[in-house]
Amino acid sequence: MSHGLVTMSYIAASILFILSLSGLSRPESSRRGNYFGMAGMGIAILATVFSDSVHSYAILIVALLIGGFIGSRAAAKVEMTQMPELVALMHSLVGLAAVLVGFANFMEENSPLLGAEKTIHELEIFIGIFIGAVTFSGSVIAFGKLCGKVSGKPVLLPARHWLNLGLFVITFILGYLFLSAAETGGGTLPLLLMTAIAMLFGVHMVMAIGGADMPVVVSMLNSYSGWAAAATGFMLSNDLLIVTGALVGSSGAILSYIMCRAMNRHFLGVIAGGFGTTGGEAAEVVGEVFPIDAEETAQLLRESKNIVIIPGYGMAVAQAQHTVYEITKLLIGQGKKVRFAIHPVAGRMPGHMNVLLAEAKVPYDIVFEMDEINEEFPRVDVSIVIGANDIVNPSALDDPNSPIAGMPVLECWKSANTIVLKRSMASGYAGVGNPLFVHENTRMLFGDANDRLQAVLKALQV
Amino acid sequence: MKIGVPKEIHDGEKRVATTPDAAEKIIKLGFEMYVETGAGAAANISDDAYREVGVTIVDSAKALWQAADLVMKVRGPQRRSELAIDELELIKPGQHLISFIWPAQNEELMRQLAAKNTTVLAMDSVPRMSRAQKMDALSSMANIAGYRAVIEAAQHFGRFFTGQITAAGKVPPAKVLVIGAGVAGLAAIGAAKSMGAIVRAFDTRPEVKEQIESMDAEFLMLDFKEDGAGTGGYAKTMSKEFIEAEMALFARQAMEVDIIITTALIPGKPAPQLITAGMVKSMKPGSVIVDLAAEQGGNCALTEKDQVVVKHDVTIIGYTNLPSRLANQSSQLYATNLRHLLVDLTPNKDGVLNVNMEDEVIRGATVIKEGAITWPPPPPKLSAAPKPLNEAPAINAAAGAKPSALSQWLPLLLAGGALFGVGAVAPESFLSHFTVFVLACFVGYQVIWNVSASLHTPLMSVTNAISGIIVIGALVQISAPGIMIAILSGLAVLIASINIAGGFLVTRRMLEMFRK
Repeated sequence: MSHGLVTMSYIAASILFILSLSGLSRPESSRRGNYFGMAGMGIAILATVFSDSVHSYAILIVALLIGGFIGSRAAAKVEMTQMPELVALMHSLVGLAAVLVGFANFMEENSPLLGAEKTIHELEIFIGIFIGAVTFSGSVIAFGKLCGKVSGKPVLLPARHWLNLGLFVITFILGYLFLSAAETGGGTLPLLLMTAIAMLFGVHMVMAIGGADMPVVVSMLNSYSGWAAAATGFMLSNDLLIVTGALVGSSGAILSYIMCRAMNRHFLGVIAGGFGTTGGEAAEVVGEVFPIDAEETAQLLRESKNIVIIPGYGMAVAQAQHTVYEITKLLIGQGKKVRFAIHPVAGRMPGHMNVLLAEAKVPYDIVFEMDEINEEFPRVDVSIVIGANDIVNPSALDDPNSPIAGMPVLECWKSANTIVLKRSMASGYAGVGNPLFVHENTRMLFGDANDRLQAVLKALQV
Repeated sequence: MKIGVPKEIHDGEKRVATTPDAAEKIIKLGFEMYVETGAGAAANISDDAYREVGVTIVDSAKALWQAADLVMKVRGPQRRSELAIDELELIKPGQHLISFIWPAQNEELMRQLAAKNTTVLAMDSVPRMSRAQKMDALSSMANIAGYRAVIEAAQHFGRFFTGQITAAGKVPPAKVLVIGAGVAGLAAIGAAKSMGAIVRAFDTRPEVKEQIESMDAEFLMLDFKEDGAGTGGYAKTMSKEFIEAEMALFARQAMEVDIIITTALIPGKPAPQLITAGMVKSMKPGSVIVDLAAEQGGNCALTEKDQVVVKHDVTIIGYTNLPSRLANQSSQLYATNLRHLLVDLTPNKDGVLNVNMEDEVIRGATVIKEGAITWPPPPPKLSAAPKPLNEAPAINAAAGAKPSALSQWLPLLLAGGALFGVGAVAPESFLSHFTVFVLACFVGYQVIWNVSASLHTPLMSVTNAISGIIVIGALVQISAPGIMIAILSGLAVLIASINIAGGFLVTRRMLEMFRK
């Protein structure tokens, strides 16, 4: 295939990717958007494979087939509750691929470039590998945190900001060494060292971020994987990679920004890690906890008209979404108004709860965002909080010393009754006490969410 | 500290200011409780029930007032010559008192209390804030009054509330009109509705429409634009045109409905007259009007305070003691309101009152502090109803924006400087790629900005699949000479294709689940 045709195919692919992303912004057009993305990717791969620059097909076809097979198996088998883990793992793959491509490109010696262009090219390799390595190791740690293999608590090394700064300075020095060594064809050692430091950097960065900030981390790594692709595009002078990488990078950055805004956190504050570095002591939560059992819950639901369900990570852990919807259907059948309220950072990745509810076939017109439903709570008879904690914490609004002060929360305590499903009285991922649990209108239903909800469902059916 | 609860001396008052349940919890706050003998008898609470939880029963009102540091009552202090008790005489100098006071209507009482150097908290002056709801005795009493109004109406109404079709003939359901949908009005709607009546309701505040409809009642719309919400969630006086339109509506409804329950009150003013003698005349024989505003002059022209009268074949009920007619229930709720107030007044749970004038709720409720009249309080900061925005915040916002002008421009300047620096040294080929890069960033920004929150996860997995485009980078290198390059590129192709296949397929799987 001629160079012109390849370029045209790349343009077509870029347009398809843009259409794909814009399609994904609304539920109605989202499926079409996904197919646009597939078509764009297909065109891009075919055009590249048949272009003049590719002439050995054996490794290529084997690798494509094996990779495609593994990917489709993973996509078919993954549980919806594990989506955050899968996404984090896939980000790490993009990062790793960027590192590999960078090294391969570095080894390709017969480059025709000279002078400033050559220096820029070397710099692009350096930066591309750096971003790729950070993405790779950061995503691996995020994956570990999400599936519980690494502790969710922020690990805050002493003087961590100085450590980060030190790593940056070393990276700069290595960059200088690499550029001067590359003039004479060397530079492998500084490049390898830099890769190691970048990985360390990624590990350190994600380790310092608390579990409650995971949605931000996942979307941030998403953004990084895009920048890694864009850097690779610069390295290879490939506009398709640049365009696509930039699209993904900026979309991920915006998503992170939206998440941060939902938590009233400063983006840099999240990246720098840790929780509650300012302010005095948060108020201790004292008061009486009123437990309730499944039968009483069913009774309360039977007597109410207007019910709001607030799912959190606990629902994902207990895989309770199907039971929740069974109860919802039953209550709607009895003429009650049942709605779902989703906090933007509920769960461990952006939109996590929506996916779980969609899996349970909850129609999305009874699922509401925080801003849409918060004003409704005073008119709600019962709010059911399923395994959520920080997103329904009143101290975010009224305790200026709370670590989550100023974060918008679902104001469920304004409803006539609140039932909180929870394993025990332990505090949430953010490690913050929750006055909601001792609120006079709150009843605690202790136990595994799915187990308890099954009992409620049974009590409702009799 | 000793708390005394005397027997109420007001004629017909059956409530009592504490119940055994509440007393038990108050004792836990560190107080000693004294109750006058027979105080709870009218509310079906025996002296023994109090004794069981550790309350001391005192023989006479005099002894009780003498012993207590704080007296809790329902009605404000008053004289009853037939009982030979004058509570105003009994108050000790420096004593604390919590009860209903109505300071606006009882200036003389306020002066006398202040002269005795007392500290008085008025339950009717507790500010209407979400934090103070648990001590809002006006609401809890209004709730009971609304319920009881329906029961009184049923007592005097000669028919069923609910419609029935029986072998002996068809019974039409009663039609009830509730005017004023405050706490009492809503309680009346709920009670009438649950007895099976057809309920309509009217209120000058349009924001209560939803509340009325949530109780399954019909909201009578007035084709007239004027918001009747005053401060603190109460209603205000309306314009003349509005009142005319409103009266026409009531006149039409009066001919149709069987029962009218009026609850319209405006704070500090006589009750608005809504049901004229003519309207009463137009009602069907046997109809009932319950006037919950009888204390403030009545919403109906023919209401007689504390009386049940029959005029033009319509029974008009003007009881002002409806909560007292449900004495046990209202004592329970009132005692709980008092207990919550005490909890706020004794932050250390040591039985020592701390009348903290910094606390907005306590400040509002305190009408006399150590002999000094502190009523009316400064206006509350929060309102139950959303207020229209006033000018002040806008000015603040503008003032806040000014110093940030520099910080707004600084990043742009820096970015401009950086771009200029790059442009000065970079070769042509780099710049063309750079142009593409910057434009693509903007496209990404524009495309993603309005994404619906429910699609965040699919969006991430699809962008993840798309970032698998890095496979192109590996593909173009795979044919380069050198076994290492081939291996590295091959690996990269493999990894990236996992990403592509996995990302797109899992997105498809997720999107299949999103259904309307």
